[in-house]
Amino acid sequence: MKREKILEVKDLEFSFRTYGGVVKSVRNVSFDIYAGETVGIVGESGCGKSVTAQSILKLNPEPPGFFGEKSSIKFKGSEIVTKTEKEMRVIRGKDIGFIFQDPMTSLNPTMRIGRQIGEVLKGRMEGRENLSRAQIKERVLEILKMVGITDVEKRYKQYPYELSGGMKQRVMIAIALVGNPSLIIADEPTTSLDVTIEAQILELLKDLQERFHTAIIFITHDLGVIAKLCDRVMVMYGGKIVEKGSVEDIYYQTRHPYTVGLMNSIARLDLDKSVDLKPIEGTPPDLFSPPVGCPFAMRCEHAMKICYRKLPDYFDISDGHQCMCWLQDERAPRIKLHTQLMDKGEE
Amino acid sequence: MNPEKKDDILVKVEHLSKFFHISRKAVLKAVDDVSFEIKRGETVGLVGESGCGKSTVGRCLIQLYKPTLGEIIYDGKELSRFTGAQKFNFCKKVQMIFQNPYSSLNPRMTVSEIISEGIRIHEKLSEKEQKEYVEELLLKVGLNKEHMSRFPHEFSGGQRQRIGIARALSVKPEFIICDEPISALDVSIQAQVINMLKNFQREEGLTYLFIAHDLSVVKYISDRIVVMYLGKIVETGDAEEIYKNPVHPYTQSLLSAIPEADPREAKSKKRIILEGEIPSPINPRPCCRFAKRCRFATEECLEREPGLCEVGPGHKAACIMLEHD
Repeated sequence: MKREKILEVKDLEFSFRTYGGVVKSVRNVSFDIYAGETVGIVGESGCGKSVTAQSILKLNPEPPGFFGEKSSIKFKGSEIVTKTEKEMRVIRGKDIGFIFQDPMTSLNPTMRIGRQIGEVLKGRMEGRENLSRAQIKERVLEILKMVGITDVEKRYKQYPYELSGGMKQRVMIAIALVGNPSLIIADEPTTSLDVTIEAQILELLKDLQERFHTAIIFITHDLGVIAKLCDRVMVMYGGKIVEKGSVEDIYYQTRHPYTVGLMNSIARLDLDKSVDLKPIEGTPPDLFSPPVGCPFAMRCEHAMKICYRKLPDYFDISDGHQCMCWLQDERAPRIKLHTQLMDKGEE
Repeated sequence: MNPEKKDDILVKVEHLSKFFHISRKAVLKAVDDVSFEIKRGETVGLVGESGCGKSTVGRCLIQLYKPTLGEIIYDGKELSRFTGAQKFNFCKKVQMIFQNPYSSLNPRMTVSEIISEGIRIHEKLSEKEQKEYVEELLLKVGLNKEHMSRFPHEFSGGQRQRIGIARALSVKPEFIICDEPISALDVSIQAQVINMLKNFQREEGLTYLFIAHDLSVVKYISDRIVVMYLGKIVETGDAEEIYKNPVHPYTQSLLSAIPEADPREAKSKKRIILEGEIPSPINPRPCCRFAKRCRFATEECLEREPGLCEVGPGHKAACIMLEHD
């Protein structure tokens, strides 16, 4: 199968000017997204995953935020970083949809659901179909049904406050989907929902993706969600991608000590009570003055001298599996990292 | 756990109900006829989705709410009949760790003031002893004494939760109610806090009521689990037993909805996806609360409320199907 590259992010750097100094939220991040695939970005709060996602649509306020000089984001060949706000409005919703984390606050409380979804289709902007009011309504009702909302005629006229959290998230998904985009960015879409509702939403996203063949960038801190939904994973830490690869690679052939730490610190259902969890000691680095070396070095139990001095390169483990860690260098001591899942992978 | 004290019941909740009157006609039944017990030295996990009344139970236990009906018996004595001195003593023995470390610490107090507030009331310590004790507590929860004179806003979420834990531990309680203590924290920090709570239990023989919505964490930390749905207990039993052999349809779907961090399993596992959402607890109908979302619901489920039936030693569930067997 020939895969079409729809998004190419290269050396993305995004920083914010604050009173305390410049915060380098995202540092030299590069990745590609191909049509129809689901890519997960996982990391803890403050690791830069949301900023990365939002900079693809230029949703971060500028100023105080600004792109690094070499940053380049190419969507279907055209550069996004240099686009103006007006040009971006054409892309948002139509080419790239966005699902926000908190459905409670990201819908407009003064606007009925129907109008809110229809807004994406409206306007006589360049590149948009000129739909009549009736056509828009028809399309909105259709999309509402598709995201699993019943009684659509009634819902069409309701306000966000009349819907539950799960319903609101479905509306958010409808907004992201209605323009028929080729890429959807979902920023922690299920974090604020209950597990049973989360399961519904994940199932829905999977279904819709199969139907529309949309690529999804899925941001979360939940490794379980990634395992269920994604084809590829990128693990972010301290504003950098520390490991990336296919889901199988990351879960069964884990190479980066941080990823290993993450895997070991989740209380899995089949974990015995007598076994202590292995947390990652310490806290994430301060991005006001990011460490010169590896951002994880201070919390890493295998840290060597070089880790504090020099930022590691990306080492290729296998096709598509890359890891930013000095342990992968041939001169480094062979250290056996271990997670429960890695045993499974070897079987 | 101390073996001879194994059957020593510390807290007994009997037919606890808490109703909130919203208007003249509407009653929100947050907790409706809930009974369970907690033995000394064990951890009981209370799970359920948002709005199921799990926090309300916790708040009733610590007397932040006055129960509408029912009794809470602490160490053989009924809570509502406590005298002033007994109440004072109860406050020392029972402590709470709150969900949100951002809003549960007074922003205008320094860390040492926050932690020593309880000590000043309950223990007679000199200024110097008190300071030493606070330092000791801080070390215990993984902070250090330089942090004493700082304010809560200077700390990260995980550190704040540690301050909250130090505050709870400061009066040497025997029973701690943990109301979603880790749900606001990052994964790697969660594990730090869980390990810490487990260590304290081992060292000081604490009893925990662990309230959470994350079933995998609850299963890991608890000896017994109580599953709630819309103000009612639907299943209760040994943690292992509930995980291996869930009998109530709600528990089954709750367990299967947990996203497993194992791609092969996650993709092969057949999940039971619940339809619909948790209904409103305002003026609930006298029927099985879960009936509307249940795969097996029959006419009968909509007609009457099931009681808790024994399905195994210490394992109970409330489902009409079980009553028939």
